[in-house]
Amino acid sequence: MLLFIVKRLLLLIPVFLAISVVIFMLVHLVPGDPIDSILRVGATPAERAALVARYGLDQPILTQYVTWFGKMVLGDLGDAIILRRPVADLIAMNLPHSLALGSLALVFSTVVGITAGALAAIFRDTWFDRGVMTLILLGSTVPSFWLGLLMIMLFAVTLGWFPVSGARTASALVLPVLTIGLGGVALVARVTRVAMMDIARRDFVMMLHAKGVSRWRIELGSVLRHAMMPVVTILSLRIGWILGGAVAVEFVFARPGLGSLLITSLNQRDYPVVQGCLLMLAIAVMLGTLLGDILQAMMDPRIREGMK
Amino acid sequence: MSALRFLWGVARTPRGAVSAAVLVLVILCALFAPWLAPYDYAIQNLPGANTSPNAAHWMGTDEFGRDLMSRIIHGARTSLSVAITAIGISVVAGMTLGAMAGYFGGIFDRVVTAVVDLTWSFPEILIALLLIAIIGTGTESIIIAIAIAYLAQFTRLTRAQVMALRSETYVEATVNLGAGHAHVIFRHLLPNAITPVIVAGMLATGDAIILEATLGFFGLGAQPPTPSWGAMMSSGTAQIFIAPWIILFPGAAIAVTVIAINLFGDALIDALDIRNRLREV
Amino acid sequence: MALLTVTGLGVAIGNVTPLDGISFEARKGEILGLVGESGSGKSLTALAVMGLLGRIGGRVTTGSILFDGQELTILAEPAFRRLRGKRIALISQNPMTSLDPIVRIGAQIDQVSRLHLGLSKPAAKARSIDLMQQLRIPDAETLHGAYPHQLSGGMKQRIVIAMALAADPDLIIADEPTTALDVTIQAQIIQIIVDLVRDRGLALLLITHDMGVVAQACDRVVVLYAGRVAEMNTTQAIFAAPRHPYTASLIACIPAHDQPEGTLLGIPGTVPGVLNYPPGCRFHPRCARAIDVCHAEVPVLQTLTAGSVACYLQGVPA
Repeated sequence: MLLFIVKRLLLLIPVFLAISVVIFMLVHLVPGDPIDSILRVGATPAERAALVARYGLDQPILTQYVTWFGKMVLGDLGDAIILRRPVADLIAMNLPHSLALGSLALVFSTVVGITAGALAAIFRDTWFDRGVMTLILLGSTVPSFWLGLLMIMLFAVTLGWFPVSGARTASALVLPVLTIGLGGVALVARVTRVAMMDIARRDFVMMLHAKGVSRWRIELGSVLRHAMMPVVTILSLRIGWILGGAVAVEFVFARPGLGSLLITSLNQRDYPVVQGCLLMLAIAVMLGTLLGDILQAMMDPRIREGMK
Repeated sequence: MSALRFLWGVARTPRGAVSAAVLVLVILCALFAPWLAPYDYAIQNLPGANTSPNAAHWMGTDEFGRDLMSRIIHGARTSLSVAITAIGISVVAGMTLGAMAGYFGGIFDRVVTAVVDLTWSFPEILIALLLIAIIGTGTESIIIAIAIAYLAQFTRLTRAQVMALRSETYVEATVNLGAGHAHVIFRHLLPNAITPVIVAGMLATGDAIILEATLGFFGLGAQPPTPSWGAMMSSGTAQIFIAPWIILFPGAAIAVTVIAINLFGDALIDALDIRNRLREV
Repeated sequence: MALLTVTGLGVAIGNVTPLDGISFEARKGEILGLVGESGSGKSLTALAVMGLLGRIGGRVTTGSILFDGQELTILAEPAFRRLRGKRIALISQNPMTSLDPIVRIGAQIDQVSRLHLGLSKPAAKARSIDLMQQLRIPDAETLHGAYPHQLSGGMKQRIVIAMALAADPDLIIADEPTTALDVTIQAQIIQIIVDLVRDRGLALLLITHDMGVVAQACDRVVVLYAGRVAEMNTTQAIFAAPRHPYTASLIACIPAHDQPEGTLLGIPGTVPGVLNYPPGCRFHPRCARAIDVCHAEVPVLQTLTAGSVACYLQGVPA
């Protein structure tokens, strides 16, 4: 098992390198001289030269990349142009909020999604199943930021149950989590339902019935357990989608977080911050995929032995 | 002709009929916006700002007193043209890449697959944001960003279809008879691989409408005064306490359109019986 | 004394009736063969006896299934569940797919005795290992902790047999137990099953399409065709003098041992699907000896001096 994890970690190294190159190149791919986008209006040539030297832009691009990568690994992501602070500090300030929101939304999506999907599969073709199917359709088609705005209108403005925005209290998390969660619930419920209905048709399930095991024990003990494998695969692949949802929802609820920071910086063309945010989100996506692989290997002996 | 008759058949199922009707309505709005909209979408009327829905303005007015319904009808034009253009580019490029990768194999296939797999695990919105960071904001930028964000999906799907077809006897026979690569790809492989890709493209158009609206909402898309559903809601957030309809109606327009696309796509998938061929992920 | 008596059994799936008028008896210490091509209704019969028709959307419409004096067609699910695995066990067709791939095989066998005999975990394990040894599974203690993918097909089928035996059942239904296995393993597995029945005095319903297997193992045979009983007799009598033209063709097919199921040599055409069962005798379109009445009237299963046959020719040899 440890070997398996080490192998997967090693596989992530080239992926991480590729991502770091793309993110590094971001500044250089921007049309025009990157310095012009950093430089304040009316700056003198001397100021310009100082900036060029400071960012090492006079050196060959490979040297620049190596320097940037070396600093990045050590946690130095450069300085924000507009906010005039180290990018690492900005990320450190915002990351906990995103982590709290993202992990709560993930837990909510998983728990509610699996429950709804499993019950829909067990009670297929009943009103409950149709209700879940409708929820799945809505959850995968309604834009998350609009849902967030509707929630604000209903629960915060009209009913006054939760704060409209911000992150000062724990209750301020409820609406954002629900907003991101609906999309996640839809995804998880859909995969769970289809997987359970597919697995219920397998021979070994018929065999369990023939052994006299009760239906509930088969559905919840065996079928659901098998269905968890595609669910974990999809979740680990789509963990980025939940994070992506978080980007929009943070912005809507005016919450601090990587998403808000990213959008603000994008609008202000504060490239070092954009780079830092994208890097963090990319790492989160990679870790999600890794976690999914590990969970799969824990559940299926065939994967552990590399047979599948 | 047979394709039209087939679509007509799908549109006669209950699910297909409702969704097709909504889609036709939205497309008509997009095509004939200037004639259908009751007012000019750009004319401001500050004294009549934030009016709630009434007989003159069925969906009320926005913070500049502009007629919301006219802006939503014109917004259909922006949303659909961005989404359809982007997905169109993405489908054509993805099919070309996927067909070449699946047909030629080798190092080209390995490189394409590696890049596609890499981007596959990242959500479209992050890829689009990354690209916008590079190429800047505006309508053309988000078309390109959306097109590239969905490229992996169509490349993957086409490649899988072509790989499956490549090993079929008739294709091998054609190759053995000395047919050129272009002939095999365009006359034999793509026509057979095209149906699932077109349906996937249709479903992706729904996602692209949401993505366009999200980017518009972030202020990264079409610039004012061009009406776009996402940007309308963005400016509406400041009015959320006094004029919630500014947010309600554009969002509902997106939701209804995307739900209709999904339902119609689903009916198509069932009618074509291609659910398994789409499950390549 | 019959342990299982099926009388006039009819089964429907949706609004089609793939089985009707199935009757036979299974006795303790006896192997009853249920023979026919695929589509003849063998597996549906098995599911009906196991009370598992509901799993595939089917139901019993007519007739009775009497098991040890108990009427199964009206038995409620909780009671039926206590019967399944405990008194009526199944050996399934495909051992490759009949075991849960992510559960250790030992646990899968233990589950039966723990469920039905209330054994503790260690007691169930000891019992399972003992059973595995009886089935000549080498190194049973190690294999108890193995996963299905680590075993060969023949070994997996022995595990499935061990699972069937774990709660000491009275009746075992073996549904094509060797079809998915290599030809070399097939005879071994059949021999294991035959020995079990002899040693333990079980009743066995052996479902197969292979008359070779019937000749090797069965005491009596029921021949099914398109959802009806064509002929019923002792194995000896059926091989000596088949009375139904279909039985005769099946026997003629034995040399074609490695033919895939459904493409029996010597019988032109295939078993009709349930949606286009022909009128009259369902075999008449493929029967070389069909006479006018076979096209119109359904032949009744008639008991003759020994055995019974549903054919207007009444067993008159060709």
